[in-house]
Amino acid sequence: MRLPTARGRLGDTLVSALTGSPGRTGTLDDTVEAALAATDDVLTDEDVQLSLFVLYELHYRGFDDVDDGWEWEPGLLAARGLLEQAFETTLRQRVTVPGPVPAERRAVADTLFAMTAPTPGPSVARYVARRADRTQLVELLVQRSVYQLKEADPHTWAIPRLAGAAKAALVEIQADEYGGGSAERMHSALFARTMRGMGLDDTYGRYVEAVPAVTLASLNAMSLFGLHRRLRGAIAGHLAAFEMTSSIPNRMYGDGFRRHGADQDTTWYFDEHVEADAVHEQIAGRDLAGGLAEQEPELVDDILFGAAACLYLDDLVGAHLLDAWGRGRSSLRTPVVPDAGAA
Amino acid sequence: MSDAPRPRNVPPSVTACPDGPLLVRGDVELVDDRGEPLPRRRATLALCRCGASAIKPFCDGTHRAIGFRTP
Repeated sequence: MRLPTARGRLGDTLVSALTGSPGRTGTLDDTVEAALAATDDVLTDEDVQLSLFVLYELHYRGFDDVDDGWEWEPGLLAARGLLEQAFETTLRQRVTVPGPVPAERRAVADTLFAMTAPTPGPSVARYVARRADRTQLVELLVQRSVYQLKEADPHTWAIPRLAGAAKAALVEIQADEYGGGSAERMHSALFARTMRGMGLDDTYGRYVEAVPAVTLASLNAMSLFGLHRRLRGAIAGHLAAFEMTSSIPNRMYGDGFRRHGADQDTTWYFDEHVEADAVHEQIAGRDLAGGLAEQEPELVDDILFGAAACLYLDDLVGAHLLDAWGRGRSSLRTPVVPDAGAA
Repeated sequence: MSDAPRPRNVPPSVTACPDGPLLVRGDVELVDDRGEPLPRRRATLALCRCGASAIKPFCDGTHRAIGFRTP
């Protein structure tokens, strides 16, 4: 992936620093502070979220046009720290964490299942199943591609920070996410297959330019929780909530794509998630989140915070999609034209 | 869509999840009523216990939509 286009002054300063040799970040801190002072919502600020995305990506696959030496550059870490502080503070202010919940496996799992209980109201999954046109299906894939092409990676950061039953549970889930030893069955690879089936380019990071801040924020939250050992409770809770809101919606997504004639190869990703996430939600809720709560009782609030943040951001992204589509508009920042003649 | 290998080195176990499916791990052969092998696509399986799954014998999470409760 190449560095994306900046979306404001902060991004400009960051991108121009990263195109040089590691070491000089100049006035980056001041620019971060100015961007944070000027924004009215950190979660939907294009400049802030794209800049966070760029800073986090240095820890995943990096950028073709950026020296890998930037990853641990203190000046960048300081700037990231300022952005993260504002991001985390905003998330903690916005979400409602249930409580108090005792640090018991069953109580924590029950709370997570209650937080993620299926609801009958409007949702992106229902819209996709019944109404979405082909262009909107393509948009859905483009929006999701920013995370799904590295599916499971942010949660993997947590593995060395956990121990015992919670660690075993996370590894059991992640092994399945990564295809159980088969590269072709990796969930990110199945998503790439779905993208190709709909005429999209499955290159990692290909559509970052097209996705809005709110989509980047949902990915950035995973990176924030995953990269900080302090937030290991939050990343465990995030994964539990993610898995617990996956099986039923994925059946609906699959239905939406089948309605437009997508073949089995193209819907494999969704079909796989119906079955896999019915397994994962049990392990994530009981053994990972519940197990971690018993090992480290002081993490209960953060486990529930991570879950609540996952759901809150998922709702924000969903509201953005349904609002745009309801107005007959695109949910993307720039148009994406798939190859004609795909499935 | 090849099957995942059966984990022969893991002792078999069945975990009854409260209000949810049966999780099957380890060296277990899954067959239909004629003894024909059923597809095993992952090391850990969730078998439907509520009766409402659309992908039986596997769980698809529907127990939560129908409010299934185990005693």
